[in-house]
Amino acid sequence: MNDVAIQAKGLSKSFKIPHEKNSTLKQAALSIFSHKTYKEFNALEDISFGVKKGEFFGIIGRNGSGKSTLLKILAGIYVADKGKIEVNGKLSPFLELGVGFNPELTGRANIFLGGAILGLSKREIRERYDQIVEFSELQDFIDMKLKNYSSGMQVRLAFSLAINVYAEVLLMDEVLAVGDTNFQNKCLEEFHRFKEEGKTVVLVTHDISVVQRYCDRAMLLRNGKIAKIGNADDIGNEYIRQNIEDEENRLEKGQRKIETVNIDKNLKNAKIKKVVIFGKDSKVKNTFQAGENITVHIDFEARDEIPELNFGIGLYREEGGYVLGCNSQMDDYHIDAKKNYIEFVIENAPLLSGNYFINIVCFGRDEQNYFDFEPKVRLFKMNCINKKYRGIVDLEHKWRQ
Amino acid sequence: MKTNRKYISLIKELALTDFKLKYQGSVLGYLWSLVKPLMLFLVLYVVFTRFLKIGGSIEYYPTYLLLGVVMWGFFTEITATSLDAIVCRGDLIRKIYFPRIVLVISRGITSFITFILNLLVVLIFILIIGIPLHLKALLFPLVILELFILSIGIALILSSLFVKFRDLAHIWEVVLQALFYATPILYPLSLVPSKIAKFLMLNPVAQIIQDVRYLLITDQTSTAYRVLGSKLFIIPYLIPFVVFVFGYHLFMKSASKFAEEI
Repeated sequence: MNDVAIQAKGLSKSFKIPHEKNSTLKQAALSIFSHKTYKEFNALEDISFGVKKGEFFGIIGRNGSGKSTLLKILAGIYVADKGKIEVNGKLSPFLELGVGFNPELTGRANIFLGGAILGLSKREIRERYDQIVEFSELQDFIDMKLKNYSSGMQVRLAFSLAINVYAEVLLMDEVLAVGDTNFQNKCLEEFHRFKEEGKTVVLVTHDISVVQRYCDRAMLLRNGKIAKIGNADDIGNEYIRQNIEDEENRLEKGQRKIETVNIDKNLKNAKIKKVVIFGKDSKVKNTFQAGENITVHIDFEARDEIPELNFGIGLYREEGGYVLGCNSQMDDYHIDAKKNYIEFVIENAPLLSGNYFINIVCFGRDEQNYFDFEPKVRLFKMNCINKKYRGIVDLEHKWRQ
Repeated sequence: MKTNRKYISLIKELALTDFKLKYQGSVLGYLWSLVKPLMLFLVLYVVFTRFLKIGGSIEYYPTYLLLGVVMWGFFTEITATSLDAIVCRGDLIRKIYFPRIVLVISRGITSFITFILNLLVVLIFILIIGIPLHLKALLFPLVILELFILSIGIALILSSLFVKFRDLAHIWEVVLQALFYATPILYPLSLVPSKIAKFLMLNPVAQIIQDVRYLLITDQTSTAYRVLGSKLFIIPYLIPFVVFVFGYHLFMKSASKFAEEI
């Protein structure tokens, strides 16, 4: 059991969110007589996991998934409603860098203040003082007030102080988000040193690349529950998959529904019933990769005796930009009215990242006197691996001299 | 043991920071802690020995007054500033764990530093004016300890309640005002009818101020023992400890929820 740094069993935490907070005596007095209305919010439900000594453990999840709450419970800032935690070894109590720094004090005074807040005695800080200042590269500014530091300098000072606390278990919340690349690399080296020294780091983030780069194992939280624990790469991929799924659901919810009232009886000529888009595996979806085949599938109802039936499609970029407008008449494609569906395929769609929508029109001989028109009938999102290009379409191109 | 030392050094660091920041940007800086009671003494001297001759037969009345005012000032400052000791450190509490009581005690120590400097001024006056000091003056630190325990006890109650009820700041202000006039600070207790005097002396702050005056300035002071008699006099001495124990438990009970409630 000695190789376990953190063992959590069945942690649960809920917050009571009053609809109106009683922050004055009058409100409190009045609310004795009226029913208090609370909204119970389960921030964490039955969380159990273990972190081994010397492990880099990532906790990842979207905003509101409970990852920060969990970290706060580990740090002792919140007390869990249920469950228990065991921590072997000295735990660094901080979640953020520079907690307790005072802008009115000099860098030097802040090292002593911040150090005391992180649990160092005055003697310990004095012993490590030179090391802290050296690592932060702030020798020339150490007697300047903190409020005159740039934000990067503040972070450097804070990080230098934090790594000199010598805890065996470190808890960190999104610390790597700040500082320039140079300093980030330095921090990374420091992390590797932690690892070699057998220290344990628990890192909370919503950045997948951080987890995949630094962590050995990770845990994915979703709505206060553990979605998955495993090696960092798997968890990262699962998180990406989940995000795409959420995006899909969000887009699907946003799609406009076509009104389908009494199609059969009142049908004059033709009516668009349903429009969906799918990718290569005929699965309906709303997010596509650039270069994928996009198939627009239109279900329609038409009177058999229609002499001629045509469909048109308009493809637009959401924030403006008419990408393509064409119809079956232009393409000399004869539509069989008996089939009840028609598909429009965009091959290897060379669209750049962004949101797009389509309009569908259904007409006979003359597009102006259309039978049915469905504007913005489908919204979809393109993801292009090449994020650098600007514009709408990735035209085939090359450079030559 | 090691963790205790760690938190003691945190208390020290926080208290000194507060004290440093208090006088930051002012020309005289720390000197203000000495200059303020000096000026106060001047005002009291002019008002109470030239215009209002309330002091009556009490010897060294201006010093007697100053000592009372300085003691009261400490009580006011420690309770009023610790009111938001927890709330205004919300950023710390939400982000890091340490025993929350550290915040209240460090505020108390900051006020205590100022208080000691003020007392120093009073002591200088006692020496200059030539008030004879007796052996009983050695009991003085004990009474100060009693005042500190009472003040910290109240501070613990106020700071933990203030997290939930912000009205407390205004309520406490009024209570302090009322208490100021109910305590024999500006007037000698001999001016008050003896029935009311008995009632007033149940207040531990009154007992403390009168005891200190008795120990340092003049035998003529009506102390709690003299006013309340040999049985009842124990009450004001007990209250500070009761308040402290109650405050400590209340604080410890609410401390685990501070991070969520701020």
